[in-house]
Amino acid sequence: MKPPRFDYRAPQGLDEALDLLADSGPDARILAGGQSLVPALNFRLARPSVLIDINGVAELAGIDDQGDRVVIGAMTRQREIEVSEDVARAVPLLHEATRYVAHLPIRTRGTVGGSIANADPAAEDPAVAAALDATMVCRSRRGERRIAAGGFFVDVLTTALEPDEMLVAVEFPRIPSGAGAAFAEISRRDGDFALAGVAAQIALTNGRVTDARIAACGLGPAPLRFRNAEEILLDSACETEAIEAACDAVAASSDPHDDVHASAAYRRQLAAAMARRALNAAHTRAGVAA
Amino acid sequence: MTAKRSVTVTVNGEARTGEAEPRMLLSDFLRETLGLTGTHVGCEHGICGACTVHVDGEAARSCLMLAVQADGAEIDTVEGLADGETLHRLQQLFSKHRALQCGFCTPGMLMTALDLVRHRPNLTEAEIRSGMAAVLCRCTGYEGIVHAVAEYASGGER
Repeated sequence: MKPPRFDYRAPQGLDEALDLLADSGPDARILAGGQSLVPALNFRLARPSVLIDINGVAELAGIDDQGDRVVIGAMTRQREIEVSEDVARAVPLLHEATRYVAHLPIRTRGTVGGSIANADPAAEDPAVAAALDATMVCRSRRGERRIAAGGFFVDVLTTALEPDEMLVAVEFPRIPSGAGAAFAEISRRDGDFALAGVAAQIALTNGRVTDARIAACGLGPAPLRFRNAEEILLDSACETEAIEAACDAVAASSDPHDDVHASAAYRRQLAAAMARRALNAAHTRAGVAA
Repeated sequence: MTAKRSVTVTVNGEARTGEAEPRMLLSDFLRETLGLTGTHVGCEHGICGACTVHVDGEAARSCLMLAVQADGAEIDTVEGLADGETLHRLQQLFSKHRALQCGFCTPGMLMTALDLVRHRPNLTEAEIRSGMAAVLCRCTGYEGIVHAVAEYASGGER
């Protein structure tokens, strides 16, 4: 099918885009990479009155390593994340997760900001943001809000963004020294939506866990963070018993659904299996880094 | 702002201009406005990959871009691969390995494979299989496609 008619605007600056968003009413939509929105337009699942294309807003794209954090502009393409040595070094969890985002031709256009603002339950970038408690920098004509991941993702395709607000950047904290990160995911075919994906980052001091972060995609209506599993690992040496207890906690805290691809019960098993893979790999990498 | 506007793209090295409503997809602009029907349209939601072209040198789904977004861009399509009657080396390898039957997915397969090989040096067979899963083929079973891309990646010109 083909998209319905819409009023197309292509602002060249952020202020112009925010003005358009404020003045266009609640039916306006922002077009970033378009890898989710354009299919919805083609199927006429989305019928925006105004389409505000921000691909020409140069100030929204880019990777800025600020030391303790890496600021990623909302329009930064996922392909750029995939090939960025800065991201691989400073936010390895995001770097590894990006390889699981659909396929290369989708990552050519898809953006970090678009994935996070769209908040698809199976998407990888929101899970990474949840694990690292990234900060979403949101702008409107009224000003700027900084929203932590814990308060940003609300439900399926639903975030804390107001209708006149735009996600302009995401701030990911730099991985601490002595920490390791890993992302594990399973899907029916490579590049398909995740049946279950787990993001993990573990920091070690003298072999003991001083920080653990675990989050998932595909296992609930929004990205889930597993604080109970993190607490099980804290102060442990990541011995098998601790890892297994954390994996059990991930499975128990998951909120998967039944669909044509997999039953909820199977997804719960996959949750534990992906948690085991991610935690073991993160622990090994932390050991190497320590 | 729903009116048609002028779109100029450089397609396979040649500047081409046409009119497009903002809602016109790049895939339809290439096929219907510019007459370049080598780019095929399958699912129109980014899954099948038949419509894959290169936008400024990188593979992208032309069904997930608006034509107006491509204004000023360099687009490469399957029509640009052969040199006259001489097929591109990857096309020759698709023929050699019987990597097509009905041919519907082939334009997307070729454009996807060329970008994949450029993007990731020293491709393993597993990486080829994963990367070529970006395009759906419903008749060959992929064996020939994987063999063709593997031979191209291992030594052909890029």
